[in-house]
Amino acid sequence: MPFVTASSQRGPYDVIIVGSGAGSGQAAYTLCMEGVRVLMLEAGRRYTPATESPMFQTPDMAPLGGADTPDKNKGFYDATVDGGWDVPGQPYVSVPDQWGGHFTWWRARMLGGRTNHWGRISLRNGPYDFKPHTRDGLGFDWPITYDDVAPYYDKVELLVGVYGGDTSLENTPAGPGDTLLPPPKPIVSDHLLMKRAPRLGIPVLPGRRAVLTRAQDHRTIPGRLHPGNQRAQKILAEAMKKRSPCLWATPCGRGCAVAANYQSTTVHIPPALATGNLDIITDAMVYEVTMGKNGRANGVRFVDAKTGKHEHVTGRAVVLGASAYETVRILLNSKSGPFPNGLANSSGLVGRYILDTVGSSVSAQIPLLESLPPLNDDAADGLQVYVPWWLYKENLSHKLPFPRGYHIEYGGGRQMPSAGTFAGLEWLTGGSYGKKFKEDARRYYGSFVYYDGRGAMVPNDKSYVEIDPKVKDKFGIPVLRIHWQWGDYEQRQAVHMQQTFGELAEAMGGRVTSPIVTDPLRAVAPGGYMIHEVGGTIMGADARSSVTNRWSQTWDVPNLFVADGGVFPYNADKNPTLTIMALSWRMSDHILERMRRRDI
Amino acid sequence: MTDRRTTLKLVIAAAAAMPALRARANYRDNLEPGASEPGDVRRFEPTIHGYGPDPDLIKAYEKGAFWPLTMNAGQRQLAAALCDLIIPADEHSPSASAVGAVDFIDEWISAPYPKQREDRDTVLNGFVWLDGEARRRFEQPFAKLHEAQQRTICDRICDASRAAADLRGPAQFFAAYRNLTAAGFYTTLAGRKDLQYIGNVALTHFDGAPVELLRKLGLA
Ligand SMILES: Cc1cc2nc3c(=O)[nH]c(=O)nc-3n(C[C@H](O)[C@H](O)[C@H](O)COP(=O)(O)OP(=O)(O)OC[C@H]3O[C@@H](n4cnc5c(N)ncnc54)[C@H](O)[C@@H]3O)c2cc1C
Ligand code: SF4
Repeated sequence: MPFVTASSQRGPYDVIIVGSGAGSGQAAYTLCMEGVRVLMLEAGRRYTPATESPMFQTPDMAPLGGADTPDKNKGFYDATVDGGWDVPGQPYVSVPDQWGGHFTWWRARMLGGRTNHWGRISLRNGPYDFKPHTRDGLGFDWPITYDDVAPYYDKVELLVGVYGGDTSLENTPAGPGDTLLPPPKPIVSDHLLMKRAPRLGIPVLPGRRAVLTRAQDHRTIPGRLHPGNQRAQKILAEAMKKRSPCLWATPCGRGCAVAANYQSTTVHIPPALATGNLDIITDAMVYEVTMGKNGRANGVRFVDAKTGKHEHVTGRAVVLGASAYETVRILLNSKSGPFPNGLANSSGLVGRYILDTVGSSVSAQIPLLESLPPLNDDAADGLQVYVPWWLYKENLSHKLPFPRGYHIEYGGGRQMPSAGTFAGLEWLTGGSYGKKFKEDARRYYGSFVYYDGRGAMVPNDKSYVEIDPKVKDKFGIPVLRIHWQWGDYEQRQAVHMQQTFGELAEAMGGRVTSPIVTDPLRAVAPGGYMIHEVGGTIMGADARSSVTNRWSQTWDVPNLFVADGGVFPYNADKNPTLTIMALSWRMSDHILERMRRRDI
Repeated sequence: MTDRRTTLKLVIAAAAAMPALRARANYRDNLEPGASEPGDVRRFEPTIHGYGPDPDLIKAYEKGAFWPLTMNAGQRQLAAALCDLIIPADEHSPSASAVGAVDFIDEWISAPYPKQREDRDTVLNGFVWLDGEARRRFEQPFAKLHEAQQRTICDRICDASRAAADLRGPAQFFAAYRNLTAAGFYTTLAGRKDLQYIGNVALTHFDGAPVELLRKLGLA
């Protein structure tokens, strides 16, 4: 029984891993496949997608037609349980930004973390994204290059399964050819974008998401991922056979019972468990890394969320992957004689340079898409196509008032009607009701598209987290206080997004559903809205200017590692999770090497 | 990313908040009330208790499974009359009340969440106004009026952007009620059929846009 408790654990363990999301899941997978004994601690409950995903449930089976509520922030059927914008009994403190707005912090508390419901958009960082300072003098370079990470992008894409298209566009790399699965075929609204966007000089590419558009090649991939390791190959081949290709139906955010998309709970954890090397304790809220006399971490302390009991578990190394800011919280709460300001914090930078993604959205109504015949537009639940950043040269020549790019996530089509689908149509219908309203609903159904901008954020001094001096959560653990400010670049970039979306809507013969926002303060979504939290334990070239090194290892404590997005010194426009997984795999390989050398 | 359904819902919900202005609330207007002056430190903690953060997602729920419904018989009659004025039966599909829209709305306005509490006030106050208006002009409660009489009343409030200044409140009520009726109707099987929605079925392959259609639209 690999799900254990503090009393039934089967130590000694080689590595203690905190969290079970993208970063921790990848670390557990890589380490267990190589024979390392791992204990994973997850603050939330055990969660089983195969039996708990409400894939085909329709809105009329749910309270409020499935609408979102303070209890289920992304709708009743969203896979998130026990987490979201608020977590009962686990507050945080937010200091308002320059306009009195707040950073909103989405937190998962369940096995698999946010990977159970994430959007599955999986873009690689490009070469520029690892060396932004070299390119334009702002922010920080990573201490690694694209070439260092590329083999790990290849591996992660092969393991989890990512669809997409090959591309030779600037700073928009793909693997050596066969790491991506075929993208879904475009729907009508996609074709409209593909036809019209190029008129504005805007490229449209196949989307990239972690969804199996066909079965994985279980004959060759295991050998490529685990050369020379027969046992790992066998386990992975079996795991791959158990995953179904996409059913071309149902929202991925509810979770996928047939494991056709990536969730840590369906892709990373099952094979790791199959090795026999992984034990998991759920409902284990970690609050402190404990230190041995030799200056090395020797374990962690946690509260059993069910009983309130405090427990201590030990291992030869500790990997933190509780999500970027929560990992900071654990480090800052781990105070001891040699580390009065929190663990691994000799630089004073733990909690500094937190980052999110610049977000801004516009939707439009497109007459050409009205009154279409019945169509199944489900594809693999969205992002058949997307727009990568296309103005790199203009960035560099300062033709734009902001230095870094954004990409556009685009969608539309005849989606399953939800509680909001026909709300607020007066501007089109003149306030019709009666039979005319039904006709209008048929006419306008499926004629809306949206453009979601996702942009790079340059790190700034005013965005950081620290421990609140007073407030504690229900376990008695001091909570985070979040400081947040968008810089001018981000605000201007958001205005550019708005204007571009207006132009795209026009080029598609449509009308925006709301005025284009040109006030920079109002164009950018508040911090946290994009749920791309990274930074806070940034990696760098030396111990003075960073918390972790090129291996995601803390400078101060050689057997303490960070597996989540905390290590990002910069958040490019590319959604972070694929990179989190690639870096976690790379970190795990490094741990293995050090274990072989008996450094750890 | 926010998935496509959530995004559309967010955008549309924001639009619905201000139907008269046809303006999507921008991000700053979406901030929770209470967001305040710089320097003010705020704690985030949930205070509402509805179905909780971990309900059983697999089973199907009857309306009223989590909180008691509140409309009385008179209110339900009025609710049904207005639902069916907004979405009547036609050659394609039944009326809204015939597929449970009244129960949907009752459950909605009985829910403990802030947005629904707000809608509750809007709807129940709107009911009072509507019946008052019906009695004042036709000496009958709204539900008892002929459709033509009902329309005389509703034509003046069906488009908030054109409603007289003193009818702005009732017009907002009507907009909210139409949103709720549409939500109650189009989330059912009958509503989906009316729209000729054919998705959400497992397929072995996905074909994308039909070529003939693309050609017809000039997109091939
Ligand atoms: C709606 C939504 C859509 C998204 N879409 C995308 C997308 O399309 N593409 C993309 O790249 N990213 C997307 N993301 C972001 C993505 O989910 C995260 O980047 C990713 O999950 C990060 O992985 P992680 O392992 O760092 O953290 P998480 O997945 O959050 O996992 C952290 C885990 O640690 C646990 N934990 C926390 N504190 C403790 C503690 N003290 N002790 C023990 N355990 C603890 C949590 O319960 C959780 O299970 C999206 C997120 C959301 C919410
Ligand atoms: S769309 Fe495909 S991958 Fe997504 S939940 Fe449905 S079957 Fe799974």
